[in-house]
Amino acid sequence: MPLALELDSVDFAYEHGPPVLRDVSFEVEAGEFVAIAGPNGGGKTTLLRLALVLARPTRGRVQLFGEPADRFRDRARLGYLSQRAQLGVQAPATVREVVSAGRAARNAFGRLTAEDREAIEQAMERVGLADLARRPLSRLSGGQQQRAFIAKALVSGPQLLALDEPTAGVDVEAQEALSGLLARLNDELGVTILYVSHEFGAIEHVVRRLVLVRGGIVFDGPPSSLPGVWHDPSHVHV
Amino acid sequence: MFEFEFMRLAFAAGAIVGLLAPVVGFFLVQRQMSLIGDGIGHVAFAGVAAGYLIGVSPVWTALVAAIVGAAAIEWLRAHRTAAGDQALALVFYSGIAGGVVLISAAGALNANLFAYLFGSILTVTRAELLRIALLGLGALLLVAILLRALLAVAIDEEGARVSGLPVAFLNGAVSMLAALTIGISMRIVGILLIAALMVLPVIAAQRVAWSLRSTMGLSISIGLGSVLAGLTASYYLNMPPGGAIVLTAAATFVVAAGLETLRRRV
Ligand SMILES: Nc1ncnc2c1ncn2[C@@H]1O[C@H](COP(=O)(O)OP(=O)(O)O)[C@@H](O)[C@H]1O
Ligand SMILES: [Mg+2]
Repeated sequence: MPLALELDSVDFAYEHGPPVLRDVSFEVEAGEFVAIAGPNGGGKTTLLRLALVLARPTRGRVQLFGEPADRFRDRARLGYLSQRAQLGVQAPATVREVVSAGRAARNAFGRLTAEDREAIEQAMERVGLADLARRPLSRLSGGQQQRAFIAKALVSGPQLLALDEPTAGVDVEAQEALSGLLARLNDELGVTILYVSHEFGAIEHVVRRLVLVRGGIVFDGPPSSLPGVWHDPSHVHV
Repeated sequence: MFEFEFMRLAFAAGAIVGLLAPVVGFFLVQRQMSLIGDGIGHVAFAGVAAGYLIGVSPVWTALVAAIVGAAAIEWLRAHRTAAGDQALALVFYSGIAGGVVLISAAGALNANLFAYLFGSILTVTRAELLRIALLGLGALLLVAILLRALLAVAIDEEGARVSGLPVAFLNGAVSMLAALTIGISMRIVGILLIAALMVLPVIAAQRVAWSLRSTMGLSISIGLGSVLAGLTASYYLNMPPGGAIVLTAAATFVVAAGLETLRRRV
C-alpha cells in the first residue's frame, strides 16, 4: 500500500515555546484507520495540524501521498474536523449550507455543478442528516452538529480524513454511531482515517492500530497489545 | 419629489448603496469585525481632509485613504503585531486625529464637510452616479464570484485553510470591499455612518432569518428599505440622509429583536 502520510524525525515547538513533539516518525498507509490517544497537552492536535500543513515542523519532514506536504496541492484530498469545531458564523446556517461550504475545496469560484449538488446530497445522506438538510445547525443536537461537520469534511471526497476529538460532549449512543459511520467510510470508500479521541472505548473495537502521543509517540500498535498500565489512555502518566 | 433630478440621482445612487453595504457588511459581521467599517470610515475622513488640502476631489482621496486604512488593518491583524481590536483602535484614532489636523490646515470646517460626514441628497451629480454605479457593480460582481469561497472561510476558516483556499487573499478581499463600499457610499450616508448601514441590516436579519441565504436576502431588503425611506425623510424633513437612513435601520433591528423574543416565548 502507498503511504497517505509520512512523518520523518519530526520535531515541533510553537514560537518561543518548549518542544511539543520530539523525534516523531510515523507512517500511515492509504486505507488505514488509526486511533490517536494520549493525555491533554500531549500533542495530538499538533500532530494532526502538522499532517494537514496547518503547522510546519521545526525539524524533519512531512509527506502527504508521497509528496512534500508544503508542496502538496491537491488539498481536496484532505478532510478535517477540528477540535471543538463550531460554526464561524452567527447567522443561522442550515445543514446543507454548511455541507456545501466543504465543497469549495473542489470548486470555490464557479457555480455549483450538478456533480457538486449530487456530492452534497450524498454526504448528508451518509451521515444520516438528509431529512434535516434545511434545519439550522443551532437547532440540532451536539451529535447531529458533529455529523454535519463530518459531512462537510466528506463532501470534497477526501482520501485522508482527520478528526480531532469529534465526540467530546456527545452522548455514548452518538459516539457509537459515529464509530460505526467512520468504520463504514473506511471500509466502503477506503478513506484513510486519523481519529483523535480521549473517549477510547467507542473505537477500540473498530481500529486495528492505536497511537499514543505524549510529547512524541510512546506506543504504536494494535489496541490489544497495549501494556496494562496504559489501558485507559486518557490517563497516561508514564 | 422625483420631479427633481437631484432626487432621482440620489435614489439611484442610494439603491446601489443600500444593496452593496449589507452584502459586504454580512462578511464583516460574520468575521466579528463589525467595527472595521468604522475604522476605515475614520481613515476616509482623513482622506476627505487631505482632498481639501491638496485641492483634489475628496471623493477620490477618501477612497484611496479607505483602501490604505483597510490594508493597514489587515496587515496588522495578519502579522499579529497588535491584537485585532488594538490595531483597529490605532487606525481609528489616527484617522480622526489626522483628519481634524488636515481639515483645520485647509480651513475647511464648513457645511460642505458636514455633507461628507453625514451624507447629502443634493450632492450626487450625474458623473458621480456613474462612478458609484461602476464601482458598486464591480464590487457586487467580485462578491458574486468569491461568494462560495467567502462563505467557506466564514463558516470554518481552519477547514478552508486545510482545503487549500487562499484564506489570506479572501480576508484581504473583504477588507478591500469594505473600503470600496465606504468610498462609494459616503455621499449618500456619510463616512461616519456608513459602517452602521453595513452592520445594522445584517444583525437585524440574522435575528429572524432561517438560513444564510435568507439572512443575506433580508439584509439586502432592510438595507435598501432603510436607504429609500431615509432619503424620503431627508427630502421632506430637510435633514442629512445619513441620520434618517441609519435610524431606520436601527428601528428595524429593534423590531427584529422583538420578533425573535416573541417567537422564543411561543
Ligand atoms: N497555539 C499554541 N501556542 C503555543 N502553545 C501551544 C499552542 N497550541 C498548543 N500548545 C501547547 O502545545 C502542547 C500540545 O498541545 P496539543 O497539541 O493541543 O495537545 P492535545 O491535543 O494532545 O491536548 C501543549 O503543551 C499546549 O499547551
Ligand atoms: Mg487537542
